[in-house]
Amino acid sequence: MSVIQQSFNQAESNNFSTPVLEAIHLRKEFPVGQRLFGTVRAVHAVEDTSFALYPGRATALVGESGSGKTTVARMLARLYDPTSGTMSFRGEPIKLARSSGALRQYRKHVQLIFQDPFASLNPVHDIRYHLARPLRIFGHARNHVQETEQILALLNRVSLTPAEQFIQKYPHQLSGGQRQRIAIARALAVHPEVLLADEPVSMLDVSIRLDILNLLLRLKDEEHLALLYITHDIASARYFADDTLVMYAGQMVEGGPSEEVTQAPKHPYTRLLLSAAPDPDRIKSGGTGMKEVTARGEIPSLINPPTGCRFHPRCPHAMDICRQRFPRRTELGGGHWTNCFLYGDGEEGNQSPTPEPASAS
Amino acid sequence: MVTSVGAQTLLDVRNLSVDYSAANGVVHAVDNVSFTLKRGEILGLAGESGCGKSTMAYAITRLLRPPAYITGGEVLYYPPEGRERSLVISKIPRGNLAASQSDGALDILQLTPSQLRRFRWNELSIVFQSAMNALNPVLTVGTQIMDVLKTHRPEMGTDQRKRRAIELLNLVGIATDRLKSYPHELSGGMRQRAIIAIALALNPELIVMDEPTTALDVVVQREILQLISSLCKDFSMALIFITHDLSLLLELADKVSIMYAGKIVEKARSKDLYLNPRHPYSYGLLNSFPNLHGPRRNMGGIPGSPPDLRAVPSGCAFHPRCPMAFGPCQSAVPTLQPLRSDVTTGDDAQIVSCHLYNPGYQSEETPGLDTFAARYAQLTEGGKTR
Repeated sequence: MSVIQQSFNQAESNNFSTPVLEAIHLRKEFPVGQRLFGTVRAVHAVEDTSFALYPGRATALVGESGSGKTTVARMLARLYDPTSGTMSFRGEPIKLARSSGALRQYRKHVQLIFQDPFASLNPVHDIRYHLARPLRIFGHARNHVQETEQILALLNRVSLTPAEQFIQKYPHQLSGGQRQRIAIARALAVHPEVLLADEPVSMLDVSIRLDILNLLLRLKDEEHLALLYITHDIASARYFADDTLVMYAGQMVEGGPSEEVTQAPKHPYTRLLLSAAPDPDRIKSGGTGMKEVTARGEIPSLINPPTGCRFHPRCPHAMDICRQRFPRRTELGGGHWTNCFLYGDGEEGNQSPTPEPASAS
Repeated sequence: MVTSVGAQTLLDVRNLSVDYSAANGVVHAVDNVSFTLKRGEILGLAGESGCGKSTMAYAITRLLRPPAYITGGEVLYYPPEGRERSLVISKIPRGNLAASQSDGALDILQLTPSQLRRFRWNELSIVFQSAMNALNPVLTVGTQIMDVLKTHRPEMGTDQRKRRAIELLNLVGIATDRLKSYPHELSGGMRQRAIIAIALALNPELIVMDEPTTALDVVVQREILQLISSLCKDFSMALIFITHDLSLLLELADKVSIMYAGKIVEKARSKDLYLNPRHPYSYGLLNSFPNLHGPRRNMGGIPGSPPDLRAVPSGCAFHPRCPMAFGPCQSAVPTLQPLRSDVTTGDDAQIVSCHLYNPGYQSEETPGLDTFAARYAQLTEGGKTR
């Protein structure tokens, strides 16, 4: 109970604090197949995305593959430059100059954890090397004694004990979960304020996923970290994060407190995602066999995405206006918002004409 | 043993063992596993990676290659009676007593290569883990479906084969003009459907699916599972569905077997397993999936990692990770047994391999789910996670 209780309490105390990292109208296009004459085609990976990360608060970004969620993380980690839009760190806009000094300065505060711990650690180096590099580069350790001391402390913080043994091991001697703990320790070594976790558990065995998520939650509370948790599993977003954002084909369609988004979803896509997620609770009600989902199909090609709201070809409630333009963000109260014409178009919240979907459970 | 097999039984696996002979020791990947499968039943196999679930499926289908060896056991297959298909299987010479039992059962493990060739696809087909990449990229989908028919139904003409291919595509919900499409022109979900169509080509009695939806997105996964579920009902096909995602399996399968370190530790109807997991490992596995509804509670998964199968812990293989472990767990090997208090008997009974339910070791009241929860919480919070 305690971990969740803590995070709730923290969430309340931090509700009105200032964001540490903010994305404002971010867009990203990747050019493809550049032709000599004629127009340059591009993958419209992310469209007009705005959100903020707060210290001590976990935010989940949920979407299917191809929804642009990893692109968002990589822009925030400054691995990609956004096509347009700004990011601000502690209220100051981030300059997009690619000088190594500026990037290093930025990455002192913002760190990324990758999906695959089998690929993110170098097999020819031991754990000491992996953890010593960030400590030395960012000037936290000046000599060998300090270095060892801090590495042992880091290993203890990610619950790899006895730390003295782990320090000299090589990645191949560790299990997937242990490797991911090393990757987390490596990110923590620079004392970041923001941790971007890109599907940190999807490569791990189901039985240890929650262990790693609980570790991240504990570290978030201890260090007052702002956490971005990218996942395709909306149930784990509900478990893990205070806020949940839902992305579809590069557009952010709904967001708000996780409980609100998962228990009272508004956008038809969020509803689809929830009705498609595995849920053993359904067998309690006696029904056998699989439940029908309402909208079929897959994420469209982002080279030539549908106009307007990109979900409209699959949406059971699609209207003419959905094909013409993307709706503005509608506030629904309590921090819950959605971009859907069913609920209005940017003005005040309009809760009443809720179309009850067949999939409501 | 033989008498317990009812007319409804399709597959009877008895004491199956598979070893991998590695350079530094023998890996007992599947250890003395027995189970039965009824006609038209969906059996789910779940467990962590490395627990032997895929190896067992490959052993049943005779697809193992060295260094894997089947070291013991039998896989009895009961061909359906009075069906057109039984002609095919009857072509298998029955003179071979080892392969054919008195009650008409075939031991799959004893089939010769030519018998196996007749058996596969007619009676049993398999959908592999990387099913999305199982299609040949240089042949059209139609060619690949018709290829199967050409090999196994040489008496069919070209027109007939094409008609059957169109029929199959309709069945799995692919537009029939896709017959001339190459795999790269199809999306992941469509490729998966095409693979299922190929597996269905000869109306097999049993399909084995090894993680068929792991690479797919949730919405597509749900569509594929609906398709599988309805096809199994329509054709009363039996299915062995292997996955690590227990939450998905509980919705799909009639019965679920949980495997750990090469053994089945619990087998029950999905609902019984979900509401009343008896083995501490099953409980831990269920507790690894955050719920979508109901109160948010703290969950911990199972600390530790699966054992090295070259050196499986003595007694119950789960005891080093088990929060409920007590004296006998370290020395005595538990066996699958029905619960003392259980009212359902026969095939539907929940069977579990745990000393907690053995009156010889544990005389008091068996612990409930609250006890499991409390003990697991101690493990994950008090002690270090590793």
